[in-house]
Amino acid sequence: MTALLASRAAFLVAVVLLGLGLFVLIDDPNLLKKILGLNVFQTGIFLVYVAAAVRAGGRSPLVVEGGGPYVNPLPHVLILTAIVVGVSVTALAAALVARIHAERATVRADELRDGAGEVRDRE
Amino acid sequence: MSEVLPWLVVAPVVPLASLPILAFRFDRVGWPVAAITATVHTALATWTAWTVAVDGPTRFVVGGLPARLGIELAADALSASFLLLVSLVGLWVLAYTRRGGPRSNLSYALYLALLAGLSGLCITRDVFNLYVFLEISGLAGYALVALGDGRDAAPAALRYLLVGTVGASLYLLGIGYLYVATGTLNMSAMAAELVAVGHDGRLVVAAFAFVTVGLGVKMALFPVHTWKPDAYRAAPAGIAALLAALVSTVAGYAFLRLLLSVFTATLFGVNPLLGASLRAAAVLSVGAGAVLAVRQRDVRRMLAYSSVSQFGVAVAGFALATPLGLAGGVVHLLGHAVMKSGAFAAVGVVEAATGARTVDEFAGLATDVPVTSGALAALSFGLVGIPPLVGFFGKWYIVLSAVRSGAWIVAAAVLASTLLSLSYFGRLVQRLYLESGSRPADTRYGAVSAGMVATAVVAALVALGLGLASAELVELLRPSLSGVGP
Repeated sequence: MTALLASRAAFLVAVVLLGLGLFVLIDDPNLLKKILGLNVFQTGIFLVYVAAAVRAGGRSPLVVEGGGPYVNPLPHVLILTAIVVGVSVTALAAALVARIHAERATVRADELRDGAGEVRDRE
Repeated sequence: MSEVLPWLVVAPVVPLASLPILAFRFDRVGWPVAAITATVHTALATWTAWTVAVDGPTRFVVGGLPARLGIELAADALSASFLLLVSLVGLWVLAYTRRGGPRSNLSYALYLALLAGLSGLCITRDVFNLYVFLEISGLAGYALVALGDGRDAAPAALRYLLVGTVGASLYLLGIGYLYVATGTLNMSAMAAELVAVGHDGRLVVAAFAFVTVGLGVKMALFPVHTWKPDAYRAAPAGIAALLAALVSTVAGYAFLRLLLSVFTATLFGVNPLLGASLRAAAVLSVGAGAVLAVRQRDVRRMLAYSSVSQFGVAVAGFALATPLGLAGGVVHLLGHAVMKSGAFAAVGVVEAATGARTVDEFAGLATDVPVTSGALAALSFGLVGIPPLVGFFGKWYIVLSAVRSGAWIVAAAVLASTLLSLSYFGRLVQRLYLESGSRPADTRYGAVSAGMVATAVVAALVALGLGLASAELVELLRPSLSGVGP
């Protein structure tokens, strides 16, 4: 059991990151921390991909004659793309938080609730 | 012929890149650039749809690599119909935004990014490429919501961003599982590998679950719908008409595409529990969306909650996994997109002309904005599902298929939600026509252009046309809905 857990350590860390990130994203009222939670959550997913590319004894895929075995480079490339997407999302989110701070003088989700002039609904 | 496919994505990107440069010199260059691009895009989409209708499915592999390694773009009748939807809605929303706004160059740059992302979603056959397009259209959508000028726009956009990104990330996790299981990202190669791997493996089931939840967030199924009402309330009306029509609809298409071209009907055959869970989730969404819509006072929020219910109906059709159920789901998605777009445009006209935002404030406005009210009433009845508008036919096929396959709960839920939607849309139409409001005369309002009204009217006419041609539409779609795609 321990040996199995040790060989899957990266995936366990990924699960912890996913849970942690999602928890902060949902639970923390601070909008900036929500964004950080989102980043941690995404990092967990990146780790799943990178860990799936590992091969026992594998090295970087700079292919030479008789060089193998290599780790799978494709997941790395995918995650590079996903990181770029993540950066764009974070940038937009940070810009939105800056605007919220300028307009409402708060970065806490619980203080945004009592919107003046908003139509209140029976929810 | 098939070389047209990449241009569907490239055509909006080129003007998108040139807009910031043009903006240095010209103040209001966004709308003309967007209008020209949307026209070109519509021509390309029409050409693609025509080729597909005449010669059958068409495909293109970027970079000339083998499809298994490269990024494959392909269009069949299913892709082509959603592609046309994106183009046409994009075009008539421009008629609204010319006067109705937003009018900044930035907003049209975002509009073009959205157009590129959604077109890419419609034609790509690479699951990771699909993720990238999902995020391109997502990012454009979040930023477009933030263009609203109220103080609730930025919080609504941020909430949309946070929830939407979690959805896209879950989709990414799901396709990661699929990649581990099959060793490819190409949809048809994946489907072939899955036959060898078996559809009952834990990886495959988990992948389906993550993909479904991820795209369910983008479709705003209950209980992950929370971004939608705020986003559609806070966005500028023209943008709401665009987003409400396209973003969730194309996510629904992406879900169907994966269901047809990757998982195939075998998945539900091997794992009956998955099909049952998907039906249950859809039924929950149908019911909860309708109940929440009844409780709304704000008209735009009511329309948003009605979408939650309507997407549940479409997914219920997909979950039945019968040719009739799938066709019903597609017709319902397309019809709902056309009608919701028109309804948001009509509500936008009423807001601009009179300042009314709640159902109560709509009382007696039919005399102030007669044409728009007529379109809104027609679209409301269409969304309820009254023939001959298209809203009826999608629901009809789904209920028929549900009854034939003994899924009584699905049939009952769709019928019950129809009754509930009659109550909330009926209330709206009743306020418009049968009650007189005591509205203080306000001279601040009144900036309504013919284009804004035309958007709602055209949507109503297209909904009528789609309804009358629904049998032919199903006939055209039938080959692309059976078994594995091209």
